[in-house]
Amino acid sequence: MSLQDKLAAAFKGDSKNATVENYKKEAFEAFSQKGFPTTKDEEWKYTSLRSVLKNEYGIESAKATNITQDSITPFLVAGLDSYKLVFVDGVFQASLSDSIEEVSVKLLSEAIEDASYQEIFKNKYNTLAKGFTSLTDLNTAFTTEGVVIQVAKSKAVSKPIELIYLASGETSAMLLQPRNLITVGENAEVKFIERHQSVANVATFNNVVTEVFVAKNGIFDLYKIQNDKDDASLVDATFVAQERDTVASVYTFSFGGNITRNNLSFYQNGPGCDSILNGVTILEGSQLVDSHTLVAHKSPDCQSNETYKGVYGGKSTGVFNGKVIVDQAAQRINAYQQNDSVLISDDATINSKPQLEIFADDVKCSHGCTIGQLDKSALFYMQQRGIPAKEAEALLMFAFCSDAIKDVKIPALKIKINQMVADKLKVNIQFDEIAE
Amino acid sequence: MSKYTEDDLREELKTQEYEYGFYTYLDAETFPKGLNEDVIRAISAKKEEPEWMTEWRLDAFRKWEAMEEPEWANVTYEKPNFQEISYYSAPKKADPNKSLDDVDPELLEMYRKLGISVDEQKKLQNVAVDIVVDSVSVATTFKKTLNEKGIIFCPISEAIKEHPELVKKYMGSVVPKTDNFYAALNSAVFTDGSFCYIPKGVTCPMELSTYFRINEGGTGQFERTLVVADEGSFVSYLEGCTAPSRDENQLHAAVVELVAMDDAEIKYSTVQNWFPGDKNGKGGVFNFVTKRAVCETNAKVSWTQVETGSAVTWKYPSCILKGDNSTGEFYSIAVTNNYQQADTGTKMIHLGKNTKSTIISKGISAGHSHNSYRGLVKVNSKAENARNFSQCDSLLMGDLCGAHTFPYIEVKNKSAQIEHEATTSKIGEDQLFYCNQRGIDTEKAIALIVNGFSKDVLNKLPMEFAVEAQKLLEISLEGSVG
Repeated sequence: MSLQDKLAAAFKGDSKNATVENYKKEAFEAFSQKGFPTTKDEEWKYTSLRSVLKNEYGIESAKATNITQDSITPFLVAGLDSYKLVFVDGVFQASLSDSIEEVSVKLLSEAIEDASYQEIFKNKYNTLAKGFTSLTDLNTAFTTEGVVIQVAKSKAVSKPIELIYLASGETSAMLLQPRNLITVGENAEVKFIERHQSVANVATFNNVVTEVFVAKNGIFDLYKIQNDKDDASLVDATFVAQERDTVASVYTFSFGGNITRNNLSFYQNGPGCDSILNGVTILEGSQLVDSHTLVAHKSPDCQSNETYKGVYGGKSTGVFNGKVIVDQAAQRINAYQQNDSVLISDDATINSKPQLEIFADDVKCSHGCTIGQLDKSALFYMQQRGIPAKEAEALLMFAFCSDAIKDVKIPALKIKINQMVADKLKVNIQFDEIAE
Repeated sequence: MSKYTEDDLREELKTQEYEYGFYTYLDAETFPKGLNEDVIRAISAKKEEPEWMTEWRLDAFRKWEAMEEPEWANVTYEKPNFQEISYYSAPKKADPNKSLDDVDPELLEMYRKLGISVDEQKKLQNVAVDIVVDSVSVATTFKKTLNEKGIIFCPISEAIKEHPELVKKYMGSVVPKTDNFYAALNSAVFTDGSFCYIPKGVTCPMELSTYFRINEGGTGQFERTLVVADEGSFVSYLEGCTAPSRDENQLHAAVVELVAMDDAEIKYSTVQNWFPGDKNGKGGVFNFVTKRAVCETNAKVSWTQVETGSAVTWKYPSCILKGDNSTGEFYSIAVTNNYQQADTGTKMIHLGKNTKSTIISKGISAGHSHNSYRGLVKVNSKAENARNFSQCDSLLMGDLCGAHTFPYIEVKNKSAQIEHEATTSKIGEDQLFYCNQRGIDTEKAIALIVNGFSKDVLNKLPMEFAVEAQKLLEISLEGSVG
């Protein structure tokens, strides 16, 4: 039985919330029609899900096994004082999580039943994700858990919030579909760190959807850390809707996993918005990371800044598809996009498609895309001065990636990322000390 | 040629809409509308083609029938009804075998209007011309001079009869019959076009040129061009296109194949000025063209195009860099105004070692038009040290038009060096102010700025074409700036 048939058999579509039930049915209908995307879809041209879909997934969510504090520590940012929200196999773990008083946190399963959440489900939930891809529809139809986080007006949240999603299954491959909804109130500020991690000895497939709404003057930061096992796949869809004068940044650090697909969409709905999209991808083996970004400039006087850096080794594949759409109303915007890649092995592949669609005339839009090698004379220079070739290479690659890392606002996270980069490049260099 | 000043231009602009929009009444023989195997047999019979050619066409037709019209391009248009087109139309009196004196005087008058003189003037300019009106090649000049060098330059229908071994070998070798929907259609129904063969080591002493014109209403034009440059040879080839102004949409689906053998060089320039439709987007030519070149070792192919016409343009002149050290170049200016749509760009497929490609694309959109650049740079795993530089710049005039870029970059070799950059901007008010301050009025200033914007590409055109292209650019953008 194919996964799609299995899902069809398992679909219930009932919910205690009429709006959600409606969405579920609609989404299931849409998914049934479209099915899983194939390489014949333009948006999935370079990314085949075959290796993900071939697994036998247990559809019913497993009960969480014995995950202790120790087993999650490696996946947290060391030395960072943060609020932690931990999910294991799609189930919230209160004992491993912190209670947060500064912001309103509600589990999706509870929020659905809560009368005071009717409004947010009517006006926000699924408004961005609806119909985006068949996989977002799949999430809408089947999701059972996630968080609804609301940051109140003028609240600057004192600590970053870490969202940890673990998969710990042991018997059959796991399909997990968390769903998050975040609203940032006027003048509020909040930072998130998100990580999906498998500790299972079976293949896992995370199909995640996150919708974010940032109200006037709000500031929103999201850091995604992706360094999963080789049998763990992730399809993520993150949507950020910005009202006027907001600043939203999403950083994606992709260091591993079987197939990682990041759909990142920004909608600038008011003037004066600033969107920042940064990404670093370092791959080896037969890993694939596919970054699909969209910046929809719908209002005048906005900015967007996108920097994606990639280093590809082994038989890995990198895909970058950066779409910038400038509506006719979006005059005087400044959109910048840069995608640089280095191939370090003979079998690595990069497919890059920076795409501009512009309907306004008073704009400054530019994109750049390069694919090349490390500077041989720089390598020689360093070797002459006694730096071993491997370290010299690592230093250059670190410098290459640092454009997309340098603006990380959480110091402890920056150290962690730098350490992960050093690990990936297989050198023992404290990049922080060099960087400072 | 007397100096063409900007004041002359302005005078022209006042009176002109589409300069080439005239219709010459020629007694034409036109097939009834419709497409089936009988029509293809009839075309083939009309052309007195050998059996193998008829079969080739029929094979393409059968394959075409099973194909679907592609929809991926960033253009919207009403799909042509292929049964509503006449697939053969020829001016009755024209006969390519006669000398120029015998050519229908009305035809000559038409060429005069087109600015092509088939006589003395071209001799001075050293251009050999093959002219295709509707579907038939009507005049080929300079045959003798070319013959001395062993160069074959003739209508393709003639080549099929006289040089079947060359045509058989190369036709369809670069663009296979089943390459795409419109290439298959062309393979089935093409009625004429040019064939050019440059022998080993020969540098073609003059520019070769083909002029295409759709004259009759209700017809489509399906021409086929095949240029073969044998080892170490060089040729510069020019192509121009015009059509009368009509309310209906006419279809132009051409196939151009270039073969550059070892050490050969082909320079292929196009000034495309099919009727773009009127101010309200009515009428105009659908220009769906497949152009591709194969470069063997050390060979070089350079595509230069100035696209100002057509209601809908859909073409991607490509280079397959098969041999080591081969080079592909693509220089393009695409101008769209009113309701025109263009989806154009190139494909550079790097297969050989040390292959190089350069892409310079300039798009200018005005009015309600949409201009897309779509390109592919592909580096295969065996293509060591491949090098590509791409630059796509768009200029927007007015806030109702659109400029889009869809570059695809696929690299499977670590020694590749690829650079791509794209910018979109409008003419700066400070630039205009600067010009105004110095006594240059706004219209002239815009012409000046557009010229500067397109300079990289204009410089690559042969001299005579560059002048024409500059004129075209300005005419196309007439009234687009308020």
